[in-house]
Amino acid sequence: MSAWKVFIRGLWEEVPVFRFMLGLCPTLAVTTTLINGLGMGLATASVLLGSNLVISILRKGIPSKIRIPSFIVVIASFVTIVDLVMHGYTPDLHKALGIFIPLIVVNCIILGRAEAFASKNGIGYSLLDAAGMGLGFTVVLCVLGSIREILGAGTIGGLPVLPVSFRPVLLFILPPGGFICYGLLLAGFNFIDSWRKEK
Amino acid sequence: MNLDSLFLIVIGTIFINNFVLSRFLGLCPFLGVSRSLDSAFGMGMAVIFVMTIASFVTWPIYHLVLVPYGISYLRTIVFILVIASLVQFVELVMLKTAPALYQALGIFLPLITTNCAILGVAVLNIDDDLSLIEALVQGFSSGVGFTLALLLMAGIRERLELGEVPVVCRGVPIAIICAGLMSIAFLGFAGFSLK
Repeated sequence: MSAWKVFIRGLWEEVPVFRFMLGLCPTLAVTTTLINGLGMGLATASVLLGSNLVISILRKGIPSKIRIPSFIVVIASFVTIVDLVMHGYTPDLHKALGIFIPLIVVNCIILGRAEAFASKNGIGYSLLDAAGMGLGFTVVLCVLGSIREILGAGTIGGLPVLPVSFRPVLLFILPPGGFICYGLLLAGFNFIDSWRKEK
Repeated sequence: MNLDSLFLIVIGTIFINNFVLSRFLGLCPFLGVSRSLDSAFGMGMAVIFVMTIASFVTWPIYHLVLVPYGISYLRTIVFILVIASLVQFVELVMLKTAPALYQALGIFLPLITTNCAILGVAVLNIDDDLSLIEALVQGFSSGVGFTLALLLMAGIRERLELGEVPVVCRGVPIAIICAGLMSIAFLGFAGFSLK
């Protein structure tokens, strides 16, 4: 498989949030605004980069029977680093994402990539894979965050974009809006996908 | 220790801040095992069980070990390891002592390790500054809230299988939109002010 393909499939062919329903909890919970979605996406992507790097380096040394606990320790260490860095440098974002920062540990995307890719491939490919998957995840979070912020608050990234006469639909930044937006996006994704396959 | 605060925790975690429908925790099993009522019930029971034990074990570890030694920043790593080994341990004990229960819940137990609701409740117990009893109650009632949402969802999905749904919406998309509608219903509980 070419290096480009390893990178690019995280953006459409195997985008985890739509294809495998992995990592749904943060996807729905934090995307009330574009900034929160972007922050969560980048935090997850950096944990993924770190864990894929370390796991692909250590892959020959980890006995296969205890590989899952070992992966979890590696992932949890990177999550702790990201948690502390965000606490120090972006305290507002850290507060907005709250419990979902420690919960990056149990984001199935990260363990999934460690098990399915980094434990079998070299360092370069594993980093590319992490970058592609992380970027794909971030893009989905940003799209969902933007839609919900525009409809629910009439702003994007905190800047007003809709005319004053538009009354924001508060529902979209409340939990139900997350479910409904994601459901419709997923249906749209399936539609485009089946259309592309027919072509 | 007063009963009022325990009651508030129970009502709060089951209805007002339902784990699945308003906190978005445990969505993977929520979508994964909600195809039939039987498996939903089994999963729900396993989650209640593990959540209660996890709350009971992680609270003393944090307050009696991590805080006194000034290493509370290791919380995430320690909790996930404790929960993972706890689930394995529970599985082994169950296999030896209650084979019938193991038959019923066994296949769901390994899945629970990566269920974010379990780590979520352990972290929330600490963040909310609860006492041990309150943490225990919160663990149990969060599991009940999860089970309630899971059972409702399984009931809806059994009906959805028979409905005529547009092809692109079949399966997960329509299930998530239904979850959104359920979430609107649960939003109604937010009107209750308990404090």
